[in-house]
Amino acid sequence: MALSREQLAQRVAQEMKDGYYVNLGIGIPTLVANYVPEGMEVMLQSENGLLGMGRFPTEDELDADMINAGKQTVTAINGASIFSSAESFAMIRGGHVDLTVLGAFEVDVRGNIASYMIPGKLIKGMGGAMDLVAGADNIIVTMTHASKNGESKLLPKCTLPLTGAGCIKKVVTDLAFMEIRNGAFWLIERAPGVSVQEIIDKTAGELVVPDVVPEMQF
Amino acid sequence: MSGFNKLVGSYQEAMAGLEDGMTVIAGGFGLCGIPENLISEIKNKGTTDLTFVSNNCGVDGFGLGVLLEDKQIKKMVSSYVGENKLFEEQLLAGELEVELTPQGTLAEKMRAGGAGIPAFYTATGYGTPVGEGKEVKEFNGRKYIMEEAITGDFAIVKAWKADTFGNLVYRHTAQNFNPMAATAGKITVVEVEEIVEPGELDPAHIHTPGIYVDRLILGTFEKRIEQRTITTVESQA
Repeated sequence: MALSREQLAQRVAQEMKDGYYVNLGIGIPTLVANYVPEGMEVMLQSENGLLGMGRFPTEDELDADMINAGKQTVTAINGASIFSSAESFAMIRGGHVDLTVLGAFEVDVRGNIASYMIPGKLIKGMGGAMDLVAGADNIIVTMTHASKNGESKLLPKCTLPLTGAGCIKKVVTDLAFMEIRNGAFWLIERAPGVSVQEIIDKTAGELVVPDVVPEMQF
Repeated sequence: MSGFNKLVGSYQEAMAGLEDGMTVIAGGFGLCGIPENLISEIKNKGTTDLTFVSNNCGVDGFGLGVLLEDKQIKKMVSSYVGENKLFEEQLLAGELEVELTPQGTLAEKMRAGGAGIPAFYTATGYGTPVGEGKEVKEFNGRKYIMEEAITGDFAIVKAWKADTFGNLVYRHTAQNFNPMAATAGKITVVEVEEIVEPGELDPAHIHTPGIYVDRLILGTFEKRIEQRTITTVESQA
Protein backbone atom coordinates (compact mmCIF):
# COMPACT_ATOMS: atom_id res chain seq x y z
CA MET A 1 0.00 0.00 0.00
CA ALA A 2 1.20 3.46 -0.88
CA LEU A 3 1.68 5.69 2.16
CA SER A 4 -1.02 8.17 3.15
CA ARG A 5 -0.01 11.81 3.53
CA GLU A 6 0.14 11.29 7.30
CA GLN A 7 2.36 8.21 7.00
CA LEU A 8 4.63 10.04 4.63
CA ALA A 9 4.96 12.86 7.16
CA GLN A 10 5.57 10.28 9.89
CA ARG A 11 8.44 8.68 7.93
CA VAL A 12 10.04 12.06 7.28
CA ALA A 13 9.74 12.90 10.98
CA GLN A 14 12.03 9.95 11.74
CA GLU A 15 14.84 11.90 10.08
CA MET A 16 14.67 14.60 12.76
CA LYS A 17 17.14 14.67 15.63
CA ASP A 18 16.90 16.19 19.09
CA GLY A 19 17.88 19.87 18.96
CA TYR A 20 17.24 20.30 15.24
CA TYR A 21 16.15 23.61 13.75
CA VAL A 22 13.73 22.61 10.99
CA ASN A 23 12.01 24.46 8.14
CA LEU A 24 8.84 22.78 6.87
CA GLY A 25 7.27 23.76 3.56
CA ILE A 26 3.57 23.97 2.76
CA GLY A 27 1.48 20.79 2.28
CA ILE A 28 2.72 17.37 3.42
CA PRO A 29 5.87 18.92 4.98
CA THR A 30 3.65 20.91 7.38
CA LEU A 31 2.22 17.63 8.70
CA VAL A 32 5.70 16.49 9.76
CA ALA A 33 5.36 18.73 12.82
CA ASN A 34 2.64 16.41 14.14
CA TYR A 35 5.02 13.43 14.32
CA VAL A 36 8.05 14.75 16.20
CA PRO A 37 9.23 11.63 18.08
CA GLU A 38 8.41 11.49 21.79
CA GLY A 39 10.98 13.12 24.06
CA MET A 40 12.61 15.02 21.21
CA GLU A 41 12.79 18.79 20.93
CA VAL A 42 12.88 20.47 17.54
CA MET A 43 12.35 24.12 16.71
CA LEU A 44 10.41 25.14 13.62
CA GLN A 45 11.69 28.01 11.50
CA SER A 46 9.22 30.03 9.47
CA GLU A 47 11.01 32.02 6.80
CA ASN A 48 9.02 35.24 7.17
CA GLY A 49 10.99 35.67 10.42
CA LEU A 50 10.06 33.31 13.26
CA LEU A 51 12.15 30.64 14.95
CA GLY A 52 10.10 28.58 17.39
CA MET A 53 6.73 28.43 15.67
CA GLY A 54 3.98 26.98 17.83
CA ARG A 55 0.47 25.70 17.22
CA PHE A 56 -2.42 27.69 15.80
CA PRO A 57 -3.82 30.26 18.25
CA THR A 58 -7.06 29.96 20.17
CA GLU A 59 -9.69 32.62 19.47
CA ASP A 60 -8.30 34.58 22.43
CA GLU A 61 -4.72 34.33 21.22
CA LEU A 62 -5.50 35.23 17.59
CA ASP A 63 -3.19 38.04 16.45
CA ALA A 64 -2.91 39.47 12.92
CA ASP A 65 0.75 40.30 13.61
CA MET A 66 1.64 36.66 14.28
CA ILE A 67 1.73 34.57 11.12
CA ASN A 68 3.84 31.87 9.49
CA ALA A 69 5.29 31.62 5.99
CA GLY A 70 1.98 30.18 4.77
CA LYS A 71 0.30 33.37 6.06
CA GLN A 72 -1.59 31.34 8.67
CA THR A 73 -2.05 32.74 12.14
CA VAL A 74 0.24 30.92 14.60
CA THR A 75 1.72 31.23 18.07
CA ALA A 76 5.33 31.27 19.24
CA ILE A 77 6.69 28.69 21.69
CA ASN A 78 8.60 29.64 24.82
CA GLY A 79 12.14 30.36 23.70
CA ALA A 80 11.11 31.57 20.26
CA SER A 81 12.70 34.53 18.49
CA ILE A 82 11.36 36.91 15.87
CA PHE A 83 13.46 38.79 13.37
CA SER A 84 13.50 40.40 9.92
CA SER A 85 13.22 38.47 6.67
CA ALA A 86 16.86 39.33 5.86
CA GLU A 87 17.95 37.75 9.15
CA SER A 88 15.72 34.77 8.45
CA PHE A 89 17.30 34.11 5.08
CA ALA A 90 20.77 34.68 6.50
CA MET A 91 20.01 31.65 8.70
CA ILE A 92 18.75 29.69 5.72
CA ARG A 93 21.40 30.72 3.19
CA GLY A 94 24.14 30.44 5.77
CA GLY A 95 23.35 26.77 6.34
CA HIS A 96 22.23 27.15 9.95
CA VAL A 97 18.94 25.29 9.52
CA ASP A 98 19.49 21.58 10.22
CA LEU A 99 16.70 20.14 8.11
CA THR A 100 14.48 21.47 5.34
CA VAL A 101 11.44 19.55 4.13
CA LEU A 102 9.64 20.66 1.01
CA GLY A 103 7.40 19.40 -1.77
CA ALA A 104 8.19 19.24 -5.49
CA PHE A 105 6.70 18.57 -8.92
CA GLU A 106 9.81 16.74 -10.16
CA VAL A 107 13.23 15.61 -8.96
CA ASP A 108 15.96 14.17 -11.13
CA VAL A 109 19.03 11.91 -10.81
CA ARG A 110 21.37 14.91 -10.61
CA GLY A 111 19.57 16.28 -7.57
CA ASN A 112 17.75 19.00 -9.51
CA ILE A 113 14.35 20.04 -8.21
CA ALA A 114 11.39 21.70 -9.97
CA SER A 115 8.71 22.92 -7.63
CA TYR A 116 7.51 26.44 -8.40
CA MET A 117 6.36 26.85 -11.95
CA ILE A 118 4.44 25.02 -14.66
CA PRO A 119 4.80 26.88 -17.95
CA GLY A 120 1.45 27.77 -19.46
CA LYS A 121 -0.15 27.96 -16.04
CA LEU A 122 -0.19 31.14 -14.00
CA ILE A 123 3.15 31.81 -12.39
CA LYS A 124 2.75 32.63 -8.73
CA GLY A 125 6.38 32.70 -7.69
CA MET A 126 8.98 30.78 -5.78
CA GLY A 127 8.61 32.46 -2.40
CA GLY A 128 11.50 31.23 -0.27
CA ALA A 129 11.92 27.84 -1.95
CA MET A 130 14.96 28.78 -4.06
CA ASP A 131 16.79 30.14 -1.02
CA LEU A 132 15.87 27.08 1.03
CA VAL A 133 17.16 24.54 -1.50
CA ALA A 134 20.31 26.58 -2.18
CA GLY A 135 21.12 27.13 1.48
CA ALA A 136 20.31 23.88 3.21
CA ASP A 137 22.60 20.90 3.27
CA ASN A 138 20.04 18.47 4.61
CA ILE A 139 16.91 18.63 2.45
CA ILE A 140 14.14 16.06 2.18
CA VAL A 141 11.73 16.28 -0.71
CA THR A 142 8.29 14.78 -0.10
CA MET A 143 5.92 14.08 -2.96
CA THR A 144 3.89 11.35 -4.58
CA HIS A 145 6.06 9.02 -6.64
CA ALA A 146 3.96 9.45 -9.76
CA SER A 147 1.29 11.85 -10.97
CA LYS A 148 -2.39 10.91 -10.98
CA ASN A 149 -1.92 9.78 -14.60
CA GLY A 150 0.87 7.47 -13.47
CA GLU A 151 3.71 9.59 -14.83
CA SER A 152 6.89 9.33 -12.80
CA LYS A 153 8.08 12.42 -10.92
CA LEU A 154 11.55 10.88 -10.48
CA LEU A 155 13.21 11.67 -13.77
CA PRO A 156 16.46 11.36 -15.69
CA LYS A 157 16.17 15.14 -16.18
CA CYS A 158 13.60 17.61 -14.85
CA THR A 159 11.32 18.94 -17.58
CA LEU A 160 9.98 21.95 -15.64
CA PRO A 161 11.96 25.12 -14.77
CA LEU A 162 14.27 24.39 -11.84
CA THR A 163 13.95 25.69 -8.29
CA GLY A 164 17.49 24.52 -7.58
CA ALA A 165 20.31 22.67 -9.32
CA GLY A 166 22.09 19.67 -7.82
CA CYS A 167 20.86 20.27 -4.29
CA ILE A 168 18.56 17.33 -3.44
CA LYS A 169 19.97 14.21 -1.79
CA LYS A 170 16.90 12.59 -0.17
CA VAL A 171 13.38 11.94 -1.46
CA VAL A 172 10.52 10.33 0.44
CA THR A 173 7.52 9.40 -1.69
CA ASP A 174 4.36 7.45 -0.99
CA LEU A 175 6.21 4.38 -2.28
CA ALA A 176 9.84 4.69 -1.27
CA PHE A 177 12.72 6.39 0.50
CA MET A 178 15.51 7.13 -1.92
CA GLU A 179 18.87 8.88 -1.85
CA ILE A 180 20.39 10.63 -4.84
CA ARG A 181 24.05 9.79 -5.44
CA ASN A 182 26.36 9.58 -8.44
CA GLY A 183 23.66 10.47 -10.94
CA ALA A 184 21.10 7.88 -9.80
CA PHE A 185 18.31 7.27 -7.32
CA TRP A 186 19.30 4.67 -4.69
CA LEU A 187 16.41 2.74 -3.23
CA ILE A 188 16.80 2.67 0.56
CA GLU A 189 13.36 1.63 1.86
CA ARG A 190 9.97 0.79 0.43
CA ALA A 191 6.52 1.52 1.83
CA PRO A 192 5.02 -1.48 3.65
CA GLY A 193 3.44 -3.86 1.13
CA VAL A 194 4.82 -2.03 -1.93
CA SER A 195 6.83 -4.24 -4.27
CA VAL A 196 10.27 -3.30 -5.54
CA GLN A 197 8.90 -3.90 -9.04
CA GLU A 198 6.23 -1.22 -8.62
CA ILE A 199 8.89 1.26 -7.55
CA ILE A 200 11.07 0.32 -10.52
CA ASP A 201 8.08 0.72 -12.86
CA LYS A 202 7.25 4.17 -11.51
CA THR A 203 10.81 5.55 -11.45
CA ALA A 204 11.79 7.01 -14.82
CA GLY A 205 15.32 8.01 -13.77
CA GLU A 206 18.04 5.41 -13.17
CA LEU A 207 17.28 3.50 -9.96
CA VAL A 208 19.87 1.46 -8.09
CA VAL A 209 18.19 -1.41 -6.25
CA PRO A 210 20.10 -3.33 -3.57
CA ASP A 211 19.49 -7.07 -3.04
CA VAL A 212 17.40 -6.42 0.03
CA VAL A 213 15.07 -3.41 0.32
CA PRO A 214 13.65 -3.19 3.84
CA GLU A 215 10.14 -1.92 4.48
CA MET A 216 9.70 1.39 6.31
CA GLN A 217 9.15 0.97 10.03
CA PHE A 218 6.55 3.01 11.89
CA MET B 1 9.44 69.92 11.59
CA SER B 2 12.60 70.71 13.50
CA GLY B 3 15.73 68.91 14.56
CA PHE B 4 15.17 65.17 14.61
CA ASN B 5 11.40 65.36 14.85
CA LYS B 6 10.10 63.28 11.92
CA LEU B 7 6.39 63.74 12.55
CA VAL B 8 4.21 64.91 9.71
CA GLY B 9 0.64 66.11 10.12
CA SER B 10 -1.21 64.32 7.35
CA TYR B 11 -1.04 61.38 4.95
CA GLN B 12 -0.90 63.85 2.05
CA GLU B 13 2.21 65.35 3.58
CA ALA B 14 3.59 61.86 4.26
CA MET B 15 3.48 60.93 0.56
CA ALA B 16 4.25 64.37 -0.87
CA GLY B 17 6.70 64.21 -3.77
CA LEU B 18 5.64 60.80 -5.04
CA GLU B 19 5.48 61.07 -8.81
CA ASP B 20 4.43 58.91 -11.75
CA GLY B 21 7.06 56.34 -12.73
CA MET B 22 8.79 56.17 -9.35
CA THR B 23 9.96 53.03 -7.54
CA VAL B 24 8.46 52.33 -4.13
CA ILE B 25 9.77 49.73 -1.70
CA ALA B 26 7.04 48.43 0.60
CA GLY B 27 7.40 46.45 3.82
CA GLY B 28 5.04 43.63 4.75
CA PHE B 29 4.58 39.93 4.14
CA GLY B 30 1.19 38.92 2.82
CA LEU B 31 -1.16 41.30 4.63
CA CYS B 32 0.97 41.26 7.79
CA GLY B 33 2.83 44.45 8.64
CA ILE B 34 1.79 46.34 5.53
CA PRO B 35 1.62 50.16 5.49
CA GLU B 36 -2.08 50.04 4.70
CA ASN B 37 -2.86 53.75 5.07
CA LEU B 38 0.16 54.87 3.06
CA ILE B 39 -1.04 52.52 0.31
CA SER B 40 -4.51 54.10 0.53
CA GLU B 41 -2.93 57.53 0.23
CA ILE B 42 -1.12 56.45 -2.96
CA LYS B 43 -4.49 55.26 -4.27
CA ASN B 44 -6.12 58.57 -3.43
CA LYS B 45 -3.25 60.47 -4.97
CA GLY B 46 -3.69 58.55 -8.22
CA THR B 47 0.03 58.26 -9.01
CA THR B 48 0.64 55.84 -11.88
CA ASP B 49 3.36 53.82 -13.66
CA LEU B 50 4.75 52.84 -10.28
CA THR B 51 7.22 50.03 -9.72
CA PHE B 52 6.64 48.30 -6.40
CA VAL B 53 9.24 46.21 -4.65
CA SER B 54 7.36 44.11 -2.13
CA ASN B 55 7.25 40.43 -1.28
CA ASN B 56 3.58 40.18 -2.31
CA CYS B 57 0.95 42.32 -4.03
CA GLY B 58 -1.80 42.14 -1.42
CA VAL B 59 -5.20 40.65 -2.20
CA ASP B 60 -8.26 41.88 -4.10
CA GLY B 61 -9.43 45.01 -2.30
CA PHE B 62 -6.69 45.18 0.34
CA GLY B 63 -3.00 45.98 0.58
CA LEU B 64 -1.17 46.73 -2.68
CA GLY B 65 -4.07 44.99 -4.45
CA VAL B 66 -6.07 48.25 -4.25
CA LEU B 67 -3.51 49.98 -6.49
CA LEU B 68 -4.30 47.49 -9.26
CA GLU B 69 -7.90 48.75 -9.40
CA ASP B 70 -6.91 51.95 -11.25
CA LYS B 71 -3.85 50.34 -12.88
CA GLN B 72 -1.39 52.41 -10.87
CA ILE B 73 1.24 49.66 -10.82
CA LYS B 74 3.42 49.12 -13.88
CA LYS B 75 5.76 46.54 -12.40
CA MET B 76 6.02 44.32 -9.31
CA VAL B 77 9.27 42.92 -7.95
CA SER B 78 8.08 40.12 -5.65
CA SER B 79 8.71 36.55 -4.59
CA TYR B 80 5.08 35.45 -4.57
CA VAL B 81 2.12 37.01 -6.35
CA GLY B 82 -1.21 35.97 -7.69
CA GLU B 83 -3.26 35.98 -4.50
CA ASN B 84 -5.70 38.19 -6.38
CA LYS B 85 -7.78 37.92 -9.55
CA LEU B 86 -7.08 41.44 -10.73
CA PHE B 87 -3.36 40.79 -10.63
CA GLU B 88 -3.83 37.69 -12.79
CA GLU B 89 -6.03 39.55 -15.29
CA GLN B 90 -3.62 42.46 -15.69
CA LEU B 91 -0.62 40.13 -15.94
CA LEU B 92 -2.25 38.02 -18.65
CA ALA B 93 -3.38 41.17 -20.49
CA GLY B 94 0.20 42.44 -20.53
CA GLU B 95 -0.75 45.52 -18.48
CA LEU B 96 1.47 44.54 -15.60
CA GLU B 97 5.04 43.32 -15.48
CA VAL B 98 6.37 41.06 -12.76
CA GLU B 99 9.96 40.28 -11.82
CA LEU B 100 9.93 37.18 -9.65
CA THR B 101 12.73 37.33 -7.12
CA PRO B 102 13.47 34.67 -4.49
CA GLN B 103 12.32 35.82 -1.06
CA GLY B 104 15.75 35.78 0.57
CA THR B 105 17.34 37.47 -2.42
CA LEU B 106 14.63 40.15 -2.30
CA ALA B 107 15.29 40.82 1.39
CA GLU B 108 19.03 40.97 0.76
CA LYS B 109 18.62 43.25 -2.28
CA MET B 110 16.80 45.75 -0.04
CA ARG B 111 19.33 45.31 2.78
CA ALA B 112 22.26 45.80 0.38
CA GLY B 113 20.55 48.80 -1.21
CA GLY B 114 20.22 50.49 2.15
CA ALA B 115 23.73 49.52 3.20
CA GLY B 116 25.53 50.93 0.17
CA ILE B 117 26.44 47.55 -1.30
CA PRO B 118 25.68 47.63 -5.05
CA ALA B 119 25.53 43.87 -5.57
CA PHE B 120 26.22 40.52 -3.91
CA TYR B 121 26.72 36.87 -4.82
CA THR B 122 24.27 34.16 -3.81
CA ALA B 123 23.83 30.49 -4.66
CA THR B 124 20.08 31.07 -4.66
CA GLY B 125 18.75 30.78 -8.19
CA TYR B 126 21.92 29.45 -9.82
CA GLY B 127 20.95 27.01 -12.60
CA THR B 128 17.33 28.25 -12.56
CA PRO B 129 15.43 30.82 -14.64
CA VAL B 130 16.33 33.42 -11.97
CA GLY B 131 20.02 33.00 -12.78
CA GLU B 132 19.65 33.45 -16.53
CA GLY B 133 21.73 36.32 -17.88
CA LYS B 134 23.36 37.02 -14.53
CA GLU B 135 27.09 36.92 -13.85
CA VAL B 136 28.25 33.61 -12.38
CA LYS B 137 31.29 33.38 -10.15
CA GLU B 138 32.81 30.41 -8.38
CA PHE B 139 33.92 30.60 -4.74
CA ASN B 140 35.41 27.54 -3.03
CA GLY B 141 34.15 25.22 -5.74
CA ARG B 142 30.55 26.42 -5.69
CA LYS B 143 28.80 28.61 -8.24
CA TYR B 144 27.02 31.84 -7.28
CA ILE B 145 25.09 34.43 -9.25
CA MET B 146 25.46 38.17 -8.87
CA GLU B 147 22.34 39.97 -7.72
CA GLU B 148 22.09 43.76 -7.73
CA ALA B 149 20.84 45.82 -4.81
CA ILE B 150 17.55 47.71 -4.91
CA THR B 151 16.82 51.22 -3.72
CA GLY B 152 13.56 53.12 -4.05
CA ASP B 153 12.53 56.71 -4.60
CA PHE B 154 10.27 56.04 -1.63
CA ALA B 155 10.07 53.33 1.00
CA ILE B 156 6.80 52.81 2.84
CA VAL B 157 6.99 51.05 6.17
CA LYS B 158 4.68 49.88 8.96
CA ALA B 159 6.07 49.73 12.50
CA TRP B 160 4.42 49.26 15.87
CA LYS B 161 5.89 52.02 18.02
CA ALA B 162 8.10 54.95 17.26
CA ASP B 163 9.49 57.89 19.15
CA THR B 164 9.28 61.27 17.44
CA PHE B 165 12.91 60.86 16.26
CA GLY B 166 11.75 57.93 14.11
CA ASN B 167 13.32 55.15 16.16
CA LEU B 168 11.15 52.14 15.37
CA VAL B 169 10.00 48.93 17.04
CA TYR B 170 8.06 46.30 15.12
CA ARG B 171 5.50 43.94 16.58
CA HIS B 172 5.87 40.14 16.22
CA THR B 173 6.11 38.84 12.67
CA ALA B 174 4.83 42.17 11.32
CA GLN B 175 8.55 43.00 11.27
CA ASN B 176 9.31 40.88 8.15
CA PHE B 177 10.59 43.10 5.29
CA ASN B 178 9.98 46.41 7.06
CA PRO B 179 13.46 46.96 8.56
CA MET B 180 15.16 46.45 5.17
CA ALA B 181 12.58 48.55 3.34
CA ALA B 182 13.16 51.35 5.85
CA THR B 183 16.85 51.56 4.91
CA ALA B 184 16.39 51.47 1.14
CA GLY B 185 14.24 54.50 0.33
CA LYS B 186 15.55 57.90 -0.73
CA ILE B 187 12.54 59.06 1.27
CA THR B 188 11.41 56.61 3.94
CA VAL B 189 7.88 57.10 5.24
CA VAL B 190 6.74 55.18 8.31
CA GLU B 191 3.30 54.76 9.82
CA VAL B 192 2.89 53.42 13.34
CA GLU B 193 0.31 52.50 15.94
CA GLU B 194 1.83 54.53 18.75
CA ILE B 195 4.21 57.46 19.03
CA VAL B 196 6.11 58.20 22.23
CA GLU B 197 8.63 60.80 23.35
CA PRO B 198 12.37 60.23 22.82
CA GLY B 199 13.76 58.29 25.78
CA GLU B 200 10.68 56.18 26.31
CA LEU B 201 11.88 53.34 24.08
CA ASP B 202 14.85 51.31 25.33
CA PRO B 203 17.70 52.28 22.96
CA ALA B 204 18.90 48.67 22.91
CA HIS B 205 15.50 47.45 21.77
CA ILE B 206 15.20 49.69 18.72
CA HIS B 207 14.83 47.62 15.53
CA THR B 208 15.26 50.52 13.08
CA PRO B 209 17.27 53.58 14.19
CA GLY B 210 15.70 56.91 13.32
CA ILE B 211 18.53 57.85 10.95
CA TYR B 212 16.74 55.84 8.24
CA VAL B 213 13.38 57.52 8.75
CA ASP B 214 12.36 60.74 7.00
CA ARG B 215 8.63 61.04 7.76
CA LEU B 216 6.54 59.55 10.51
CA ILE B 217 2.79 59.43 10.94
CA LEU B 218 0.36 57.93 13.43
CA GLY B 219 -2.28 55.67 11.89
CA THR B 220 -5.12 53.33 12.72
CA PHE B 221 -5.02 49.90 11.17
CA GLU B 222 -7.50 47.29 10.06
CA LYS B 223 -4.86 44.46 10.09
CA ARG B 224 -6.79 42.06 7.92
CA ILE B 225 -5.94 38.36 8.37
CA GLU B 226 -5.24 36.33 5.24
CA GLN B 227 -5.42 32.78 6.64
CA ARG B 228 -7.34 32.62 9.88
CA THR B 229 -6.20 29.35 11.47
CA ILE B 230 -7.46 28.54 14.94
CA THR B 231 -6.84 25.85 17.55
CA THR B 232 -10.15 24.63 18.92
CA VAL B 233 -10.77 22.45 21.95
CA GLU B 234 -11.66 19.61 19.55
CA SER B 235 -8.49 19.96 17.48
CA GLN B 236 -6.36 19.94 20.63
CA ALA B 237 -7.93 16.71 21.84
